[in-house]
Amino acid sequence: MLISNTERIPGKTINDFHGVVAGNTVRAKHLGRDIMAGLKNIVGGELKGYTELLQEARQEALRRMQEQAKSLGANAVVNVRLATSSVAQGAAELFAYGTAVTVE
Amino acid sequence: MEPFLFYLILPLGLLVVGGLVGLIIQRRHYASIDRREAATRSLTALTFDPEDWEASASSLVRGSVVMSPDHLRRFLSWLKGLVGGRLRSLEPVLDRGRREAVLRMKEAALAAGHDAILNIRLETCRIASSRSDGKGTTGVELVAYGTGITRARP
Repeated sequence: MLISNTERIPGKTINDFHGVVAGNTVRAKHLGRDIMAGLKNIVGGELKGYTELLQEARQEALRRMQEQAKSLGANAVVNVRLATSSVAQGAAELFAYGTAVTVE
Repeated sequence: MEPFLFYLILPLGLLVVGGLVGLIIQRRHYASIDRREAATRSLTALTFDPEDWEASASSLVRGSVVMSPDHLRRFLSWLKGLVGGRLRSLEPVLDRGRREAVLRMKEAALAAGHDAILNIRLETCRIASSRSDGKGTTGVELVAYGTGITRARP
């Protein structure tokens, strides 16, 4: 499946629109990662455990969005937006949405 | 006497050690950022989409990083927060994070064989702290994403 955050798929023509598709996931960090991050907090810098956690979560949100697009008979999603919000203590929601289309 | 010393020395020690090690980490990080920025300069990066650009391949490319200030910076920003104004100690933390996120996006685009990134968006999100009193581990996630393209050769 082709994904872009522009209004087109570069190099392709859009033939049909299927409406808005979205995917989300809520993730909490686990204790081991939290302890490591707590130690890293003293000296600052990148909290690698959290970076990876959110990366995996965003991948999952994008995957769900693509599944929804596929079920609508689309083969691409254009104008994709990514959003993150803290919904509870130690948890974050990763959200991806876009417009499902058929190209060529 | 001894518990008193313990409770005074431990937080102060963490401040000093955190600040010193944090400064070393920051210097190394900036050196790495400068080097990698020079290495990825050939990649075209735009924050808009020139619609007449044709491509033979495209994909969504992303880069992200969760950054945290060290204990000393957090303490200094708390102090400065009492009077308000510019929080100079936090600015480099976010600057490093954002440039790192952009670099990771560019490196992902190069790895996918792309030679340009269109419509780049930058996002910032504070990650919820793990304790209800607002203390505990805190971090800020910096995200960069865009549409990587391999330009069609005429």
